[in-house]
Amino acid sequence: MDPISTIAAAAATLLAIILALYSSAQAHDTVFAVHMMIFAIAGGLTLFFLIRNCSFTAVKATGPQMYNDSIVRYGVIATLFWGIVGFAVGVLIASQLAFPALNFDLPWTNFGRLRPLHTSAVVFAFCGNALIATSFYVVQRTCRTPLAFGGLAWFVFWGYQLFIVLAATGYVLGSTQAKEYAEPEWHVDLWLTVVWVAYLIVFFFTLLRRKEPHIYVANWFYLAFIVTVAMLHVVNGLAVPVSAFSSHSYAAFSGVQSALVQWWYGHNAVGFFLTAGFLGMMYYFVPKQANRPVYSYRLSIIHFWAVIFLYIWAGPHHLHYTALPDWAQNLGMVFSIMLWMPSWGGMINGLMTLSGAWDKLRTDPILRMMVASIAFYGMATFEGPLMSIKAVNSLSHYTDWTIGHVHSGALGWNALVSFGAIYFMVPKLWSRKELYSLKLVNWHFWTAMMGIVIYASSMWVSGIMQGLMWREYNSDGFLVYSFAETVVQMHPFYVLRAAGGLMFLIGGVIMIYNVWRTIKGEVKVDQPVSQIITVGA
Amino acid sequence: MNHGTIERNGSLLLVLSLLVVAIGGLVEIAPLFYLENTIEKVKGVRPYSPLELMGQNIYKREGCNLCHSQMIRPFKDEVERYGHYSLAAESMYDHPFLWGSKRTGPDLARVGGRYSDEWHREHMIAPRNLVPESVMPGYPFLMQPLKVHDIQAHLKANKLLGVPYTKDQIDNAAVDLVSQANPDSDGAEDVEARYPKALVRDFDGKPETLTEMDALIAYLQVLGTMVDFSTYDAKANLR
Repeated sequence: MDPISTIAAAAATLLAIILALYSSAQAHDTVFAVHMMIFAIAGGLTLFFLIRNCSFTAVKATGPQMYNDSIVRYGVIATLFWGIVGFAVGVLIASQLAFPALNFDLPWTNFGRLRPLHTSAVVFAFCGNALIATSFYVVQRTCRTPLAFGGLAWFVFWGYQLFIVLAATGYVLGSTQAKEYAEPEWHVDLWLTVVWVAYLIVFFFTLLRRKEPHIYVANWFYLAFIVTVAMLHVVNGLAVPVSAFSSHSYAAFSGVQSALVQWWYGHNAVGFFLTAGFLGMMYYFVPKQANRPVYSYRLSIIHFWAVIFLYIWAGPHHLHYTALPDWAQNLGMVFSIMLWMPSWGGMINGLMTLSGAWDKLRTDPILRMMVASIAFYGMATFEGPLMSIKAVNSLSHYTDWTIGHVHSGALGWNALVSFGAIYFMVPKLWSRKELYSLKLVNWHFWTAMMGIVIYASSMWVSGIMQGLMWREYNSDGFLVYSFAETVVQMHPFYVLRAAGGLMFLIGGVIMIYNVWRTIKGEVKVDQPVSQIITVGA
Repeated sequence: MNHGTIERNGSLLLVLSLLVVAIGGLVEIAPLFYLENTIEKVKGVRPYSPLELMGQNIYKREGCNLCHSQMIRPFKDEVERYGHYSLAAESMYDHPFLWGSKRTGPDLARVGGRYSDEWHREHMIAPRNLVPESVMPGYPFLMQPLKVHDIQAHLKANKLLGVPYTKDQIDNAAVDLVSQANPDSDGAEDVEARYPKALVRDFDGKPETLTEMDALIAYLQVLGTMVDFSTYDAKANLR
């Protein structure tokens, strides 16, 4: 950066540091004091790097502009790091449900505080970083232009990591708005809003500076994801803080209104964060890895507009048979069922991209991972509409079936397609000829796959079993089971679920090892996967 | 319009996407703010007393809502197990709603009055001493003193959001907070006057200190007790 911009940025940062320190001193509670101190430290680090990177030599005005890949490299590492954190906390809280002694009965280790830590680490930290990293990778290449506002792009990356740290420390210290997947308190929400708007600006202006006449389909999905998440986050985050120096706030809406706003947000966090954004990922990396064009251009247009239009309506299916008016429940159900079609449109477009390249599934474990993820996407988007049918929902709601459903989506679809994208990008980002070991990718694939299957099936059994036990009457017309009696029956399935999660975590560790050796520039000389399979067959 | 036009124009793509995603939410959410059965007031439902409100905050802080729902569905088994199905009005002062989405433990919408204060205290400190099958964590640390920086500010924030706290209630919030857990105090009677049906007693068996346990039990004991269902007219509330 040149001296003038450095001075301007440094002055703004300094002001922010002073404000943060003042707020920390004035804080009404520990969480706010800690968070403002974290802000001040982050500001200090920013100042240090601003000054260190200040360049007094004239910036070269010409020369071929390179893609900004350094930010994507950081993004890949952040994705892997937060992934392991999220999976590990997941294994811990799954074990707590099987063996409650693992709660240790301390404020910071109890299930109630760690559960948001797990969901946020997986959804926002792991998936969020995967989305930011891949969107920056994809938009530069499909627009043949470097990121617009490179400095702002770095702000997006580090600002997002700061958001994650604030959210995570807040959860452990007991700071929450008590809205699922929107737990962070008002000051953290405000920070995320700033970061997210910056993300939208960087992505959108990169699109505008493209050297291709058409905007590639992956970017439609990324753009819709970014702008919709902004809308959802702002509306659902509306709250009144108790004071400017208190970490505590009260949500703007209450009761029924609060419930529907929250699930309008919650379901579309799934619909846009975990679906639209990841479809963007699919539309770039699957054709690349398979070396085939996208199956149908027409289908991608139809399913893009249908998916983003229909998804928004589906929220009320989280509130079947509650105090939400029936008409809203029914609308939610009908739109959820309609959503099945465009969802499968996306699945078909992804799978059929392999037309003429199906044989690669035998030899390319990365492509196999991507294809498996699309299959899980198809399964989860079939199960979802099924569970949104009121009669089915009356059984599945409040049970582990929902948990299983979410995990076949998160582990099967989001995580596997992210893994595939990372295996694709890493050799290119670090200029390595190939991955350290394809055999390890194969190991990762199968451990993860077994983990998911064990997880999902144990949750199906425990969820449906508990739902049936709750409503079971004996011949005299009395309820057969007390609530506590149904809890006992869950135990074996909770143990199995934790084991499934552990396998998925082990897969993640294998991946980190493989990526680390790849970055070091090593290639393991082992038999190509094709040979192993042919020998076996 | 040819789709090529949209694909060649980033701003158009952005605006159209935003329009398309805005529709569903508007149609579903906006009516809830004026439809009769979602904003109706049911006799008996009142704003939480300061102590109950702080109890609800502890309920949120510890993530109780992640394992316990507060929404009884109108099914025979649920009504028999938990009580009358939940009404919209019963959560009208919950910012945000705490209906929950998972029953790892039982529904708590009508847990008020079901168990003694002592049961709650012992159960919270060591759940498996009372319910051997339970997988609930223990919360012995709730026996620490309740720390509230400025209780009036909490009531004022709620009032700003439409919870009808009176000036009298806000002015006396600090006294009410302490008095509700101390039946011998001068302010004890005023709490009952300001918050009908509020329970005024030492909740945690530790009369000398106002603890987080006091607040949480005061909140749990009021859950689902505000509406008198012997006089409630369900037909008038068909939805």
